[in-house]
Amino acid sequence: MSLLSVEDLVVRHGLLQAVRGVSFSVERGETLALVGANGAGKTTLLRAIAGAHQAASGRVLFNGADLSGVPSHSRVRNGIALVPEGRKLFVQMTVEENLLLGKTAGRPGEWSVEKVLDAFPNLKPRRHAKAGHLSGGEQQATAIGRALMSNPDLLLLDEVSLGLSPLVVDRVYASLQGLISSGTTIILVEQDLNRALSVSNKVICMLEGRVALAGDSRSMSREEVTKAYFGLHRKSATGVPA
Amino acid sequence: MNAMPNTAILSAAGIHKRFGALVVLDDIDFAMGADEAVGIVGPNGAGKTTLLSVLSGAYPPSAGSVSFKGDDVTALAATQRCRLGLVRTHQVPKPFSGMTTFENVFVAASHGAGLARDEAYEEALASLKLCGMLGVANRRAETLGLLDRKRLELARALAAKPTLLLLDEIGGGLTDGEASELVETIRELRRRKIGIVWIEHIVHILLQVAERLICMDAGKIIADGEPQAVMADPQVIGAYLGGGPK
Repeated sequence: MSLLSVEDLVVRHGLLQAVRGVSFSVERGETLALVGANGAGKTTLLRAIAGAHQAASGRVLFNGADLSGVPSHSRVRNGIALVPEGRKLFVQMTVEENLLLGKTAGRPGEWSVEKVLDAFPNLKPRRHAKAGHLSGGEQQATAIGRALMSNPDLLLLDEVSLGLSPLVVDRVYASLQGLISSGTTIILVEQDLNRALSVSNKVICMLEGRVALAGDSRSMSREEVTKAYFGLHRKSATGVPA
Repeated sequence: MNAMPNTAILSAAGIHKRFGALVVLDDIDFAMGADEAVGIVGPNGAGKTTLLSVLSGAYPPSAGSVSFKGDDVTALAATQRCRLGLVRTHQVPKPFSGMTTFENVFVAASHGAGLARDEAYEEALASLKLCGMLGVANRRAETLGLLDRKRLELARALAAKPTLLLLDEIGGGLTDGEASELVETIRELRRRKIGIVWIEHIVHILLQVAERLICMDAGKIIADGEPQAVMADPQVIGAYLGGGPK
């Protein structure tokens, strides 16, 4: 049984169908990278898995249980944690307080404030600083740490490198590599294709709300993904090769 | 980079646009001929829509000038540029709620193109027909679905009798079939010798119409030329997909 199975999922934003019948599965210990142009539906898909955006139809099965209709806070208790785009920290609270909020899900496990600070050493001297006073990289580390504090079976990461300098992104990814090596199951939305391919073992390229390409990251060429990314891998809407 | 056309219908020279400390357009030079179909692509935040807004007169540039049909139009408002034939659509359709589809398009013909009542009526009907909207002409605009709202955006722009049409992400959110219809409509505009500048995220749709492609990144034009060559340019791919270590 797969850890996560997404079956024919449809998600709308008002008149717009952002996710159009997407199906895929993730096994325990895998890292899946979701790539695609802006508006392809990656963030909406991630939010629908987390329960932050209600799906119009289709199913999300987690550990075999159908989560359709289950609210996001209950999904955290089921073991799904989302690190949202833009981090969404409580800026008036300290790093430690933000991290402890992740603990309120009440899931048993190994993650503690100390362990998060070990995984993200740049947070150690900032433990009692307000989140609003942190740098972008420190905020991102806090957001990931907060999600880890719920001891998730599945970690959903949305654009963790957005707005960070290349050096800071390197640091965040070095920490992520540690999580991946320890067997954490991750779905990662990432704009930088090389980074996405380098840390993942599976990749899905989305285009206009659908899966345009899916496969093994290590056997997928940058050129192959690029064609899928721009929709140049298929017949065009008018039947003429684009 | 593509050579500038000898006889430009629209040109922009040294365009800068700043919002406070944020530089959105950084020294843009652009020119196009009357019969060209130019596509503009680029990652989010590249400055594409801002460039369209500066060209159409919605935003004044912080520096630089815009010329249309040989005249400097930098100081002209969008409404004045519209009367000259420089017409745009918007990324998020904003029809006049409380008015029917026909009335929305009639407003464009009478106020945008400055046509007298009977002429505006005929122009509105012709635009609705071209965009396949006669069947919903008497429906209130706010009841239309996404495809019809996009069509209405296009029909309104056409009723303003453009010489040059600036399209902002008109293909977003459409199904394959709907996108196919849209491409056919825009091809018809090309047959009518209307110049097109089209910003679009959905590249494979854009490439069916654009004869020239411009890629923007971080407020600059980074590639300009034959569409397939631009899409194969490593700098363009890097702008979209990053260049982090593999």
